[in-house]
Amino acid sequence: MTHSTALRSIVRRTEVTWGLVAAAVAAVLPLIYPSTFLLNVGPQILVMGVFAMSLNLMLGYTGMVSFGHAAYFGMGAYTLGILMQKTAVGLAASLVLAVAGAALLALVIGFFCVRLGTIYFSMLTLAFAQIVYTVVIRATPLTGGDQGLIGGIPVPPVRLGPWTVALRSPLAFYELTLSLTVAAFLLAKVLVDSRWGLLLRAVRDNGDRVEFLGASARGLRLSAFVAAGGFAGLAGALMALYVGGAYPDFVYWTKSAEPIFMVLIGGMHTLLGPLVGAAVLVGLTAVITQYTSLWGLVLGAILVAFTLFLKVGLLDFGAERWRSRAAAAPGNPPVGGVARAREAK
Amino acid sequence: MDLGAFAQCVSSTLCVVSQLTSALITGLILFLVASGLSLVFGVMGILNFAHGSLYMLGAYLSFSLLRLNFGVATVAAALGVAVIGLLLERVFIRHVYRAPLLYQLLLTYAFILVLDDVAKLIWGYDFVSMGVPDAFRRPPIFIGRAPVPAYYMFIIVVGVVVAVGLWLLLTRTRFGRIIRAAADNPTMVAALGVNVAAVSAGVFVLGSFLAGLGGVLAAPVRSIFPGMGFSILVESFIVVVIGGLGSVAGAFVGALLIGFVRAFGSVAFPALEEGLVFMLMAAVLLTRPRGVLGVGKEL
Repeated sequence: MTHSTALRSIVRRTEVTWGLVAAAVAAVLPLIYPSTFLLNVGPQILVMGVFAMSLNLMLGYTGMVSFGHAAYFGMGAYTLGILMQKTAVGLAASLVLAVAGAALLALVIGFFCVRLGTIYFSMLTLAFAQIVYTVVIRATPLTGGDQGLIGGIPVPPVRLGPWTVALRSPLAFYELTLSLTVAAFLLAKVLVDSRWGLLLRAVRDNGDRVEFLGASARGLRLSAFVAAGGFAGLAGALMALYVGGAYPDFVYWTKSAEPIFMVLIGGMHTLLGPLVGAAVLVGLTAVITQYTSLWGLVLGAILVAFTLFLKVGLLDFGAERWRSRAAAAPGNPPVGGVARAREAK
Repeated sequence: MDLGAFAQCVSSTLCVVSQLTSALITGLILFLVASGLSLVFGVMGILNFAHGSLYMLGAYLSFSLLRLNFGVATVAAALGVAVIGLLLERVFIRHVYRAPLLYQLLLTYAFILVLDDVAKLIWGYDFVSMGVPDAFRRPPIFIGRAPVPAYYMFIIVVGVVVAVGLWLLLTRTRFGRIIRAAADNPTMVAALGVNVAAVSAGVFVLGSFLAGLGGVLAAPVRSIFPGMGFSILVESFIVVVIGGLGSVAGAFVGALLIGFVRAFGSVAFPALEEGLVFMLMAAVLLTRPRGVLGVGKEL
């Protein structure tokens, strides 16, 4: 085993450990400290975190910058909302169908988008997402048009073995969102650490070489697109449950911008990074709006400072520091190979 | 789809002229904003999200300065936006030239948040409406039997004059040659002894001026509110893509194309109004990804 793979496997295990520790703390926190603020903002952070994490499968892992990710978020939200409001389909089945619907939409749109690269790819994803938006606001009988799916989403109590849980309770909903977030994180972790995940990173670094090795870069990009769409659908479905409806701004392009900024703030080289970014952005917005209606001014100033001084996502920055410290500790092989070791002498 | 309404419109001079002027003023205002965006992108490689906010500031400044005099307001507001652009470039943006594209987007997105709130602080949260300046409160100009408001004519004339001026600037002057060379190969231009930092600042100021001028011209005919830069920003991006990244001639074609699609498309396909321009963009990207003129920059 070479140094770099050893290091990578450490980082790999570390991310799961940190993720589970954070999740355990988050699960216990409202039991010790039952604050309405936490129960209100917590699910938003988790939902947007899953959304940003889904985008990062494309952005960070495959190097595809989508400006239209809201389409799949919205698809998940509307699918769940329509199923729960207008049919007898249960919660679990609705969630599954929401994910499937979003993934299917991503397959159709992605089929066209992955032909293009760089900013052209981004603009095409935006174009399709806005077309989806137009359909949503025009298909009034199905989607409620401009108004969205109003009237609330009926959520029946869920039976968990001997217990019956009323999801209308904020605490129960918080814990449900948290467990689904953890499940999504672990599934995504398995995916990005698989052979497929390695190939995605190879496509990001050099698509031509992947082609030379006999894999289809376009096919891999499409598969990343579909996977990201599916996870975004889960996030959208949870958001619909949280707000009790689905609204056109779930599909609007500003909703596509939010996860991009979360990924940039949190860091694009891990799965936890986007979750951290969501916590920072949603948390900051929630805190600032308590004090002033001019939250944009404060948040904007913070973002300006962030881009000018840090210029790298929080977790990426942290991981880099941690890695170089681990490498500097006695007994550990130096990072950066022979050249730097020689330099040190 | 409502082809009946479309046929009816095309057969009436009144409707054709009114949709035509609407297409031209939409297209030309959009051209002013989008050409600035395209120049800044082509030369500096910066996708400036805050470009729409500069348009908004142009509109607000002209609203405030109008009580002086319309001519003064127009010029001063556009120049004021250019100065704001200079400040943004010198203080912030020049630090992220080498940063990844997405961090430039994050920075300029932060400008949107800040500038929108600054607008709320100065001019309030609500829509303000400026009305047509006194100088243009006169009987409309008749084309055939169809009336065209005098101010619409003014927008069209200014738009065309600026387009021609910009073309002359880029093709006939030393500054224009340097700009085009810097868009092509900035390292080579720097090696030849040109101060590329100054050129970048100059281009950003020019781009800001154009966005500001777009806002100034639009102010009397659109409602002014914090966040009004959002929709024109997206449309400008579409123009830049349709016209080819970095191409001002392409931006002209793209902007007019969007103006026409919006004016006539909304008659023919009222149900799809919001989606038409995006369908146009998708069609262009899938068939001619380097823009309709095929002159867009490779990325």
